[in-house]
Amino acid sequence: MKVGVLALQGAFREHEKLLAACGVEPVQIRKPQHLDQISALVIPGGESTTIGKLMNEFKLFEPVVKLGREGLPVFGTCAGLILLARDIAGSEQPRIGLMDICVERNAFGRQVDSFEASLDIPVIGRQPFRAVFIRAPYILETSSGVEVLARFQEKIVFARQGRLLAAAFHPELTGDLRVHQYFLEKCIQAS
Amino acid sequence: MVEKGTWTVKKGLAEMLKGGVIMDVTTPEQAKIAEEAGACAVMALERVPADIRAAGGVARMADPTVIVRIMEAVTIPVMAKARIGHFVEARILEALGVDYIDESEVLTPADDNFHIDKNAFKAPFVCGARNLGEALRRIGEGAAMVRTKGEPGTGNVVEAVRHMRIVMGEIRRVQNLPREELMSAAKDMGAPYHLLLEVAELGRLPVVNFAAGGIATPADAALMMNLGCDGIFVGSGIFKSDNPAARAKAIVAATTHYNDPLILAEISKDLGEAMPGLEIQTIAPEQRMQDRGW
Repeated sequence: MKVGVLALQGAFREHEKLLAACGVEPVQIRKPQHLDQISALVIPGGESTTIGKLMNEFKLFEPVVKLGREGLPVFGTCAGLILLARDIAGSEQPRIGLMDICVERNAFGRQVDSFEASLDIPVIGRQPFRAVFIRAPYILETSSGVEVLARFQEKIVFARQGRLLAAAFHPELTGDLRVHQYFLEKCIQAS
Repeated sequence: MVEKGTWTVKKGLAEMLKGGVIMDVTTPEQAKIAEEAGACAVMALERVPADIRAAGGVARMADPTVIVRIMEAVTIPVMAKARIGHFVEARILEALGVDYIDESEVLTPADDNFHIDKNAFKAPFVCGARNLGEALRRIGEGAAMVRTKGEPGTGNVVEAVRHMRIVMGEIRRVQNLPREELMSAAKDMGAPYHLLLEVAELGRLPVVNFAAGGIATPADAALMMNLGCDGIFVGSGIFKSDNPAARAKAIVAATTHYNDPLILAEISKDLGEAMPGLEIQTIAPEQRMQDRGW
């Protein structure tokens, strides 16, 4: 099974490594024709404004939105979460906008406030997940179709809407495969 | 437990900048142009390297007012430069909340023997290097990101290429050395042994490595990406050119599509004049910024 990783800017190689460790074949996506034959798409951490501008310039928004509407599973981390959100507080930046969530960018503060913490994510097991938050966003609001999977200090940091999955932290920066495995099992194989 | 300023968090921001372009800016207006062009971060400073070179004298940390106004103007990360060894300038930048501190040879060194103890800070640091030993010394001191130095403010990519080839070549050599030869190699290059072991095992630097110093065109950026760097710093190359907005956007696209000559040909069209270049041999040895750092 091939899983696309949007490779315009950011930590796409780390996602590729984890996906390969999960036993699927990662494929770098830089142009629309790279989207053929993928079973799912990962949008990595990076700068959401940069990734959005490059998606626009290289005409990736339309095909990604179309595939997402047709049921392609999509997993976004950090910048990827922002790009998946329908609403971004105080921003008009371009987005994929498939998930019924409203997000706040840089919501925990600047880099000096970036942190790591143990996060309880019941759907992946009892062992806490070491979550790395870097100038991270969080989810301010969700609509009824969105399942909240984890909160940190009351803030929603991990959520799922059908085949769409979004994390405010960076599972790709740890060696822990459980979040990626959850995406592969629940969002892809169940569909 | 919540932990801030950890190695993972410091290194992590650099991981998020990969495949991107970090642009030197001197005003909030320039910062907005950079953000609009798709920069993944900006470097806030008072003068770009070409102007520092022309002005001569002592170059210092920028006025905090300028840095704060730039931080308020954009949502992307903001970096700023402190002089080599000037840990008080670095503490000031940390207190301002800048996202990355560049202990930079572009400014006049404050200490001609020692660099800043970067492990003592919560804010992450990036440092310049010309070879593997220098890169690993900086990482040993706590730099969570490295950039090859090149020769800043010249618009001439030759030194950036030389430094990147040296670092990559030394990594390949270290990878192929038998383990018993690594201690002598560490001694010869002045590298911390434990970091050299890590390089031998990983086959790359343990932190993100950008290219800097002389990149002036989309083709320059793509060349550096092809040589194996993780991303690009552009100093004078954007705001010393004819059409900064178009050139900035093209360099961002070239950094992503560095391996696609058709796209590179398209985005290189109609950018106006690049910044004027300087032949390295015309720079007096004492004015070469790359030799600053120990």
